[in-house]
Amino acid sequence: MKTISLIFAIHLPFRYRKYRFFDIGNNSHYYDDNADKTIVTNMAENCYLPFNNILLKLLKKYKGRFKVAFSISGTALEMFNLYAPDVIDSFKKLSSAGSVEFLAETYSHSLVSLADSLLFEKQVKLHGGLIEKYFNQKPKVFRNPGLIYSDDIGNHIYDMGCNAIFAESTKQVLGLKNPGLLYYNDINPKVKVLIHNRIISKYIETCCSKKLTPEHPNDAEQLVKQIKALPENEKLVNLILNYGTFDKCIHPEKAISGLWEDFIHLALKSETIQFSTPSEITENVKAVSSVHVAKAVSGESTEHDLAPFLGNEMQQEAFTKLYDLKYKVLLCTEVELLKDWNYLQISDHYNSMSTDNTSGSKLPHNFSTYDSPYEAFIVYMNVLSDFSLRLDNILTQTIKKQTNLTKKRC
Amino acid sequence: MQLKVLMFGWEFPPHISGGLGTACQGLTKGLSVFNDIEVTFVVPKAHGDENSDLVKLIGAADIPLSNKKMKFKNSQNEIKYFKIKSHIVPYTNPDEFWKLTSLKHSGKTQFLQTDEYGRVPFTGKYGMNLIDEVFSYAMVAGKIAGEKQFDLIHAHDWMTFQAGIEAKRISGKPLIVHIHSTDFDRSGGNVNPQIYAIEREGMEYADKIVAVSEYTKLILVEKYGISAKKIQTIYNGVEPFDLRTGNEIKKGFKEKLVTFLGRVTSQKGPGYFVEAASEVLRRNNNVRFVMAGSGDMLNEMVRRAAQLKIADRFHFTGFLENHEVQSLYQMSDVYVLPSVSEPFGISVLEAAQGNVPVVVSKQSGVSEVLNNVLKVDYWDVHALADAIHALVEYPALGICMKKRAHAEVLNMNWDVPAGQLRQLYIQTCKTKHSRNK
Repeated sequence: MKTISLIFAIHLPFRYRKYRFFDIGNNSHYYDDNADKTIVTNMAENCYLPFNNILLKLLKKYKGRFKVAFSISGTALEMFNLYAPDVIDSFKKLSSAGSVEFLAETYSHSLVSLADSLLFEKQVKLHGGLIEKYFNQKPKVFRNPGLIYSDDIGNHIYDMGCNAIFAESTKQVLGLKNPGLLYYNDINPKVKVLIHNRIISKYIETCCSKKLTPEHPNDAEQLVKQIKALPENEKLVNLILNYGTFDKCIHPEKAISGLWEDFIHLALKSETIQFSTPSEITENVKAVSSVHVAKAVSGESTEHDLAPFLGNEMQQEAFTKLYDLKYKVLLCTEVELLKDWNYLQISDHYNSMSTDNTSGSKLPHNFSTYDSPYEAFIVYMNVLSDFSLRLDNILTQTIKKQTNLTKKRC
Repeated sequence: MQLKVLMFGWEFPPHISGGLGTACQGLTKGLSVFNDIEVTFVVPKAHGDENSDLVKLIGAADIPLSNKKMKFKNSQNEIKYFKIKSHIVPYTNPDEFWKLTSLKHSGKTQFLQTDEYGRVPFTGKYGMNLIDEVFSYAMVAGKIAGEKQFDLIHAHDWMTFQAGIEAKRISGKPLIVHIHSTDFDRSGGNVNPQIYAIEREGMEYADKIVAVSEYTKLILVEKYGISAKKIQTIYNGVEPFDLRTGNEIKKGFKEKLVTFLGRVTSQKGPGYFVEAASEVLRRNNNVRFVMAGSGDMLNEMVRRAAQLKIADRFHFTGFLENHEVQSLYQMSDVYVLPSVSEPFGISVLEAAQGNVPVVVSKQSGVSEVLNNVLKVDYWDVHALADAIHALVEYPALGICMKKRAHAEVLNMNWDVPAGQLRQLYIQTCKTKHSRNK
């Protein structure tokens, strides 16, 4: 018996406009609102709404036997709220249909887990709050961008109310261990580690982008075969799929809806495949051993290091200079500023600074609008400079107010 | 007697990529004051929006060439004009360079193309086809020289030297070539032999040579084997500052701003600026740096700034429009020109005129004419950092310098070099005339 857990990942970044040197200190609107709006409304129309409907239909048809999970970043939710509120309603409908789980994430799909534990906790809680507000669920299973994982990160999420985390099936994580089983964290055994099956996930994504002919309507049969053909002792198949891949899913040429209908039908008919949510797996399946990952690794690049995010000097410089501001930010309470702070942490900024052609550009949710990684870096640092100036201003004002108050009291 | 000058240039404001166009406009404007001089200025392409009140501007692209074709086909020597391969980008307009490098250029032999009226479609830019255009330009120059009445030819920089030579060959009038920069300056020592040959041929063919500084004159003597007697140094000037332009953008932060403004190419020494910035920032937090301009070394500089971990204080603007340049001068507290080899450096005069204290490399022509600036060797990063640090930390120094430098520049408008040029024209025509007798 194979247990499949299907996770659909959705993330949308706030893009920066061409923020120039001359804007520093003069203009603090950083975002390309038009581009954001166009992309979000397009995606909502061509992908999120129609595909949600397909899923809703399937959930109702196979009540309790078909299950899915969603991993939606906080910025994506904010963006739906701003530009496509009906997408949120559609997810609410799915949620109330049952058998749908929402995963925990960092609010801005950020790299904060590599920077600071306190800020990490804040981001995860901020995201958890949003999920609870919209879908009435407390997320229990955590997913980091690029499936960045280390023993420390795994241990840490327990304090944030999570009891499981995803990791990539790379040799840095698993060594020679079986990728189809459940593991636990090396420091805290209460935290389970779910392993992503990237081979099958990739296969599904290619199936979805294929053009199809009438004689060969879809790859559902092959897909079921592939899953059945996995070694006997690989029991869990955790699939994380980028929701954006199903763009134009109603397009008859691609017939993605047909693929999913047939796949789920065939899988459940075979009686050797069942669906489960990540939480159910962590509750019902026994973890076999611990995985030991001392240094953080990601699954995104071919090298499985942090290259797509922090591989070159520009990315490292931007990252260090951003989190150098953390103590000041923790003192600050101004809403607008904290919003900009959260958006500065979006990992896509770092992706677009990547000079590594084998990874950066191929990231599924990379909607980079820059001509080059250098331009991306320049714009980012300009925004960061302006942000830092505003932060200093606000802190000086706060200190002044405090001193005046103390003086009055004396 | 009125002296008619046929002048060949490659660019004219507002379509410029550097000091050459600015200097050509300044000189022709200065010359227009004299009643006995009449200048006809030829550029490859006239865009129509040039300020041509004071000078007659001709675009070579508008001159039909049809009756010239046969002649060039007969001569063995000149057929080579049709066969030059041009993979070389000798004097690149930075923005143009970006576009060109992203295209795949075919290495096919380029034939001279004309439109239905026999006109050559020039771009007047500094691209992959530059050398082709230089030779096509020479053909049109020959045509113009055959039809126009004039007494003297004046050619600015190597792109126009073939045109000057051709015009002299057709008309027999004396030729003055004007060296605004040599390939030694532009390439940082990596000289393109083809361009070197054109430069040298132009100087040898010329009756007189104008160098924009003693520094350049020395290069002509040492590297091109030209007799010092044949060369006259005429320093550039600067257009009086127009206070109405600019001032739209204010500096949005309180830190001092140190500015590098120019093409980001090895000639301009951007790397030394970045290294010096890092040294200054290590001991002083009250300063920001900006690198304004574009070029083939820009990405390397961005990467280096990140490597040195100064990117939060070191900014990049990319290519700037004219009004933005003015704003930048007004925002700046220190202007730095760390060129490895700078024939003159008009931008330094502009900075001084805008009341910005200047640090300039000793390897520049402008350091010969300005006393109230800090001068350092371009390679001495410590000295450069020290100078910048002093200007940022000890405001009295900057106040003193900028006041005096401003006074120095007040006398350096284009009337002075134009007057010297007029003298040279008259003298050259006389010598030629008496020799002919």
